[in-house]
Amino acid sequence: MAHAYTSGLRVSPRTVVSKTRRLPLSGQVVVQVGDRVRPDTVVAETYLPGPVHNVNVANALAIAPEDVPGCMLKQRNEPVEKGELIAESKGIFGLFKSSVRCPESGTIEMVSEVTGQVLIREPSTPVRINAYLDGRVAELLPGEGVVVETVGACIQGIFGVGGEVHAPIRQIVQSPDDEITGDMVDDRCTGQIVCGGSMITLDALRKLIEIGASGVVVGGMQYHDIGDLLGYQIGVAVTGGEDIGLTVVVTEGFGRLPMAERTFELLRSLQGREASLSGATQIRAGVIRPEIVIKSDRAEESPERSDSAGRGLESGSLVRLIRKPWFGEIATVASLPERPVRLPTGALARVLEARRKNGEIVTVPRANVEIVEA
Amino acid sequence: MIDPSKARVILATDCGSTTTKAILIEHRSGAYRLVVRGEAPTTVEAPFEDVTRGVLNAVREVEEQSGREILDGDRIVSPADGGRGVDIYVSTSSAGGGLQMMVAGVVRSMTAESAERAALGAGAIVMEALASNDGRLPHERIERIRQLRPDMILLSGGVDGGTKSHVVEMAELISAADPRPRLGSGYNLPVIYAGNVDAREDVARILAEGTELSQVDNLRPVLEAENLGPARERIHTLFMEHVMAQAPGYRDLMEWTHVPIMPTPGAVGRMVRVVADRGDIDVVGVDIGGATTDVFSVFGGAFNRTVSANLGMSYSISNVLTEAGLEAIGRWLPFEMSDADLKDRLGNKMIRPTSIPQTMEELVIEQAVAREALRLAFEQHRNFAVELKGVQQHRTISDTFEQQTGGQTLVDLMNLDLIIGSGGVLSHAPRRSQAALMMVDAFQPEGITNLAVDSIFMMPHLGVLSTVHETAALEVFDRDCLVPLGSCVAPVGTGSAGATCVKVKATAEGMETVVYEAPVGELAAIPAGEAEEVILEVAPSRGFDVGAGRGVSVTRTVRNGPVGVIIDTRGRPLHLAADADERVAALRRDYQALDTYPESL
Repeated sequence: MAHAYTSGLRVSPRTVVSKTRRLPLSGQVVVQVGDRVRPDTVVAETYLPGPVHNVNVANALAIAPEDVPGCMLKQRNEPVEKGELIAESKGIFGLFKSSVRCPESGTIEMVSEVTGQVLIREPSTPVRINAYLDGRVAELLPGEGVVVETVGACIQGIFGVGGEVHAPIRQIVQSPDDEITGDMVDDRCTGQIVCGGSMITLDALRKLIEIGASGVVVGGMQYHDIGDLLGYQIGVAVTGGEDIGLTVVVTEGFGRLPMAERTFELLRSLQGREASLSGATQIRAGVIRPEIVIKSDRAEESPERSDSAGRGLESGSLVRLIRKPWFGEIATVASLPERPVRLPTGALARVLEARRKNGEIVTVPRANVEIVEA
Repeated sequence: MIDPSKARVILATDCGSTTTKAILIEHRSGAYRLVVRGEAPTTVEAPFEDVTRGVLNAVREVEEQSGREILDGDRIVSPADGGRGVDIYVSTSSAGGGLQMMVAGVVRSMTAESAERAALGAGAIVMEALASNDGRLPHERIERIRQLRPDMILLSGGVDGGTKSHVVEMAELISAADPRPRLGSGYNLPVIYAGNVDAREDVARILAEGTELSQVDNLRPVLEAENLGPARERIHTLFMEHVMAQAPGYRDLMEWTHVPIMPTPGAVGRMVRVVADRGDIDVVGVDIGGATTDVFSVFGGAFNRTVSANLGMSYSISNVLTEAGLEAIGRWLPFEMSDADLKDRLGNKMIRPTSIPQTMEELVIEQAVAREALRLAFEQHRNFAVELKGVQQHRTISDTFEQQTGGQTLVDLMNLDLIIGSGGVLSHAPRRSQAALMMVDAFQPEGITNLAVDSIFMMPHLGVLSTVHETAALEVFDRDCLVPLGSCVAPVGTGSAGATCVKVKATAEGMETVVYEAPVGELAAIPAGEAEEVILEVAPSRGFDVGAGRGVSVTRTVRNGPVGVIIDTRGRPLHLAADADERVAALRRDYQALDTYPESL
C-alpha cells in the first residue's frame, strides 16, 4: 500500500521552530540574516494603499464626461488637500463657473473621460510585522519578509482564537484532569499565559479577559462557549483575527478532555518562562495550527532538527485517538492490518490496532488517529 | 497521446482538497470498465507542497491492486504496451481551495447573475458578485475587491450596443482596487471581460496595464439570451495557464495529463449534462463534500450549478449548525442528546475533518447534518436556477390570472426524473437505504423519481474523460459509476392521517406483483429483488397528485436498486412532529421501514 500519512500535532521539548513572517503586500525588510530578534522586533514594513473616494466631476460641473480632463485643476498623481479645488468649469465668458472641491486629502488616482469620475486615494497607512519568536533571522524573502528561527519547545494545539502574544507561562492546575474555574483566576494571572488541564469554564475565560491575562492553553472547552465569548458562532475553523483581549489555545478538542500528559508535563517544566503564543488556526488548505513556542536556554547550541514531521504511521507510533469512543486518549500503534475491517457503523475502513494506556488493544480507523509528533 | 478511439487503458485522477483519487479503466470484453481505484492524501500543503506526490501515491495504489506497471520512477508510462503503461491520462483538481472567482456586472439580477452562472458552470466558487446596483458605494466596492484575493475576475455588463458607462465604471473600480491574485505575487490577476462589445476599447485602456486582461463574447448580448460558453471556456483556459500553474507541483502535473486539467465541479457538471442530454430527462446532481456542497441541475435542457461554499460535512460542518440551527439537525436524531454534546461533537468534526464515525450514534449524527446541508444547498439552488430576468414577457388575456414575473425557478420537483448523489456521506453510507433516505428527506422529491449515487465518486474523472473519449466515460458511468438505489413515489396533496393516500402496483421480472396501499403519513418500501427495472402503476387518492393531476393514475417504468420502491406519504413539505417523543417514535418507525439502521440503535 501507499505510504500512510496522518498529519499530527507537534509536542516537542526541543526542536527547531521556523516562522515565515510575510507582509500582506510587498514592502521592505529591515533586518539582516543572522540578526538576533525579540518577539516584538519589527522585521519588515510596508504601506497599505489608502481608501479611495470617487467624485462625479461630470455631474457636479454639469458637463459631458469627455470634457472632464479639460476642467481638471489637478492632474493624475498630484497630491491634493481636503477642501482644495480640483476641477472648475469654463463658464460663460469666464463667468458662472462651477467648481468641485476635494472631499479628502490624498492623491488624484484617476480621471475618467468615459464616466466623468475622479478617484482620490487617501495617504497610505504603515503596516509592520514583528519577529513573533525570540530567535534569529534565518532567511530573507526580499520585499516580502523573513524567516525567523529559534530552538526550543513547541506545542501545537488543535484550535485557537486570538492573535499573537508573548508572555510568561503560568500553570494553575495540578493535573491534566483538572478544570480551570473562575475562582482560580486572580491577579497573578495578569499578563501571563495561563495553562490548565481538561477544561476551562466560560466564567474563567471572562475573568481572564477582565484581569488582563495574555493567553490560555487548555485541553478542552465547550464549543458553544466560543460563540458566547466572541459574540458570534465560528462556522469554519479559520481564526486568528479575533480581538477579545485573550488568546485561547485548545490542545485536544471540544468538550471536557484532559490535556495529553506529555503536553501537560512539558508546560509544567517550562513554568515561568517567556513564550510566544498564537491562536491562529486554519483547518483547510494550508493548515495553520495554534501553538506555543518557548525558546530553549541552550538555543545557541547546534539545533537538532525534528525528522518526525511527515513520517508515516508505523508500529510503535504514538497516536492521539480523535473520535469517540476513545476520543482524547493517547495510544501506541500495535499493528497496521492491511485489509479493511468492518466498523460498528457497517462501513469498511482501513484500520490500525492501538494499545490503550490500560493495555487493551482496540481497533481504530486510521482516519481517526493523529500522530503525536516529537 | 495516441488516437483516443484506439485507447485501451485510461488513468484518471481527481486531486481533491484532502484526497487524491485515481481510477484505472480498461477496455475488456468489448466495453470500457473500471478496473481498480486507489487513493492517497493530497499533498498540496506542507510538508510536501507538491501535488504530484499525492498523485504518484494514489497511482501506486492502483499499480499494486491491478498489477499493471504505470510508473517509471516519477513518470507515467504512456502509451500502454501489454501490461505496462496507460494510453490516456486525465485529471481534475479542486485542491488548494479550487477556483475562487469574483464576478461583476451592471444589474445584479441580470448581467451579474449571468456572470455568476458562467463562473459557477465553469466550476468556480463565486466569492462575490458586484453590481452597479448592489447598494454599495464605490469605495466600498473597491475595499471589497481588495480584501478578497480571487484567482480571477469575470467582468460583464451591458447588452451589445447598449450603454457602456456603467461597465466602464466597474472596470475603473477594479483598476483602482489594484487586485492581487490569491496564489503568488509574481503575476497579474486574470480578468475576463465579457460585456458590451462597444466598451472593449475603454476596458482595455483601463485594465490592460495592471491585470492579465482577456476579452470574450458578451455573455448577455441581448436581454433575452445568455451566451455563457465563451466565458466558461476562457475561465478553463485561464484556470490552467494562470491559477493551476501557480499551485505547488501543478506545472509538472499539467505536463503529464493528455488534456487540460479541469476544475472538479466543472467536470461533474459536464457529466450531469451528458446524462440529461442522453436520456432527455430532468436531473439533479449533488456533490456534498467536506467544505462545500455543489448542486447541479438540468431542467428542460437548462443547466445550472450552485456552490454552497460553506455547507459541508467536515470543514464547514459547524456552519451547517449555524445556518440550519441545532433544532433542525436534532429533529433527525432518533435519540435524545444534549445541545452542548451535539455542538461539541460537530466542533470536533470541524477541527478533525478527516475523521470518520466509528459508532452508530456518530454515524446517525453525521447523516442528520447531511440532511440539513443538502436541504439548505438545494434551497439555494432553487433560488438561483431561475428563468432569465429582465426578459420582456408577452402576455395574453389568458395569463391575466396567472401573473408571474420573470425569474421563476426552473426546479420542478414533479418533473424531476433522477437525483444523483455524490460525496462521501452519500456514496460511502454503509447502507444504501441511508443514502436514499438522506436524499428523500433533503430534496423532498414529488411524484415518481429515480434515486442513484455515484458509487465511488468517479463523476469528476468521467467528466474530464468525456472531453476526450465520451464512449469510455459513458460506458464506465453506466456500468461502474452510477448505482441505482431505487425510486421514490411521493404523492403531493392533503388527506387525513390514516386515510388511503396512494395505491402502488409494482411489477418486475422475477418477482410476484406487489400491490401496496399506503395510508397518509408513512414511509414504506417495496423490495423489488434483482430486477433491473420495475413497472409502477400508481393510483393516488382523490386529493393527491403524482404527476398527472389529482387522483389521476400514472404508469411508469423506474430503475430498481437495493432499496426498491420507496413510498413516501409523509406529505410535502415534510413536517416532523413537534413533540419529541412522537417525533422519535415516527423516526424509528421510518428508519425501520427502510432498514436504515440496526434495530439495536
